[in-house]
Amino acid sequence: MQQAEPILRMVDVRKTFSGFSAVAGVTFEVKRGSIHALIGPNGAGKTTLFNLATKFLKPSSGQIIFKGRDITALLPSAVARLGMVRSFQISAVFQTMTARENVRVALQTTRDDCFSFWRPQGVLNVLNDRADALLADVGLSDLRERKVTELAYGQRRALELATTLALDPELLLLDEPTAGMGREDVGRIAAMIRRVAQNRTVLMVEHNLSVVSDLSDRITVLARGEVLAEGSYAEVASDPAVKTAYMGTAHG
Amino acid sequence: MKMNFDKAGWIVLIVALLVAPWIFYPLLLVKILCYALFASAFNLLLGTCGLMSFGHAAFFGTAAYVAGHAAKVWGLPFEACLAVGVAAAAAVGAVFGYLSIRRQGIYFAMITLALAQLIYFLALQLPFTHAEDGLTSIPRGKVLGLFSLDDNIVLYYTTAVIFLAAFSFIYLVINSTFGQIVRAIRDNEMRAVSLGYDVNRYKLLAFTLSAAIAGLAGANKAIAFKLATLVDVHWTTSGNVILMTLLGGLGTLFGPVAGALVFVMLENYLADSGLPVQLVIGAIFILCILLFRRGVIGEIERLVLRRS
Repeated sequence: MQQAEPILRMVDVRKTFSGFSAVAGVTFEVKRGSIHALIGPNGAGKTTLFNLATKFLKPSSGQIIFKGRDITALLPSAVARLGMVRSFQISAVFQTMTARENVRVALQTTRDDCFSFWRPQGVLNVLNDRADALLADVGLSDLRERKVTELAYGQRRALELATTLALDPELLLLDEPTAGMGREDVGRIAAMIRRVAQNRTVLMVEHNLSVVSDLSDRITVLARGEVLAEGSYAEVASDPAVKTAYMGTAHG
Repeated sequence: MKMNFDKAGWIVLIVALLVAPWIFYPLLLVKILCYALFASAFNLLLGTCGLMSFGHAAFFGTAAYVAGHAAKVWGLPFEACLAVGVAAAAAVGAVFGYLSIRRQGIYFAMITLALAQLIYFLALQLPFTHAEDGLTSIPRGKVLGLFSLDDNIVLYYTTAVIFLAAFSFIYLVINSTFGQIVRAIRDNEMRAVSLGYDVNRYKLLAFTLSAAIAGLAGANKAIAFKLATLVDVHWTTSGNVILMTLLGGLGTLFGPVAGALVFVMLENYLADSGLPVQLVIGAIFILCILLFRRGVIGEIERLVLRRS
């Protein structure tokens, strides 16, 4: 069945930065419909792996397969158009625009007038309803006309999520979605992730282990650029190698 | 409020364009308009797209030579001369853009400078540019085949119409569906990529449009002053257009126009004063950067918007 085919498969992927192996031959799969977490001590190569999967970095060797298609040679923008969309560790927004305009930029990808330098942007107003609905989903209805610079940190992260969801990605990659948030915001974002994951696949890098145990169906532990362990939260947590890795770097 | 500010700007601009030749020498105004358009084209790239080109003289100068050659040697009518000048600048712009947009910041600026120097040396060596002498005595011809451009008032109003049309075109581009994405790329390029935009194609189009409009300014200048010389492709011209833009207000619609006005006026009046022109302009530029960073129009806009 189609269920058996993983949505994302990375095969022996390596990335070397001038002699240093940030990712040293990682093979792993993300099952369609799951919430999959990548954890590991700082410097384990989690974000590098994210950058490789979305092609923001070119792998030194190895193969990346998305929806059964080899995407190893594609541009990052082409990967996004195929349905794998990422967020960033530092909230990535368009700072001179309003919240609504931010979401509209994402919705514009569905239109065929992106290169129409003669068409007044008033025609984009037809996207306002969808943009507002997405903003309402992340609790930003009241702030939709505000400039992004007026938004608080947690609100910007929510806006980033709304912008990402505007593309309706099949595979959503979240890089530390709760980083730097207070407890209340963490709870809200976690609930939001659970909700949006109902009809898509989520791969996330996350340090907050309670969020990870709460949300994830499957967890891959990375250390020094290699897969250390993989399984459910309970399996991974009881793995002696994982314990050593975390203790060894005095983390968690 | 921003809307009203721009509207007031348009009214001031159009009224000024209409009455100016009755107050100032028309040829001086033609020079101002050519540089104002050149600076506005440059601002389209730096202000909207965030790309700092240090080689825009290449497009201005290429179009000046090509339009001049078309008028003098080929004997083409005025409008056709402008068209071939613009086409030449757009073609050079597309090639230079393709070669430079993959780099960012200072690297981008250096590549555009290096490519522009290439044009400078070509202009020095090619037979049709006449090296140090340049193209001189370019015939102005007639506008629409009817009115002789040798009448300075006709020349002025023709230039004013060309300027206004091109300036409106820039306004259209900035506020287009395309302009919206270009601004997103300027704000956060990685994020635009992650949303699926092939940013290099957008940058290339913006670069080519900017080069084409810079070319229109150069072609118009060459025919108005019957002259295309090495100064038009020299790096100091690339530098001057940056200066005008920053002086007037980077990223503001009317800033480059105000910057060109101040710059050309200063150059014109200081030329008779016996003072070292470049030195005084340099000093004024430093003062501007220190006192009002947003440029003349940028500061006025801020004052008006704050008061309301």
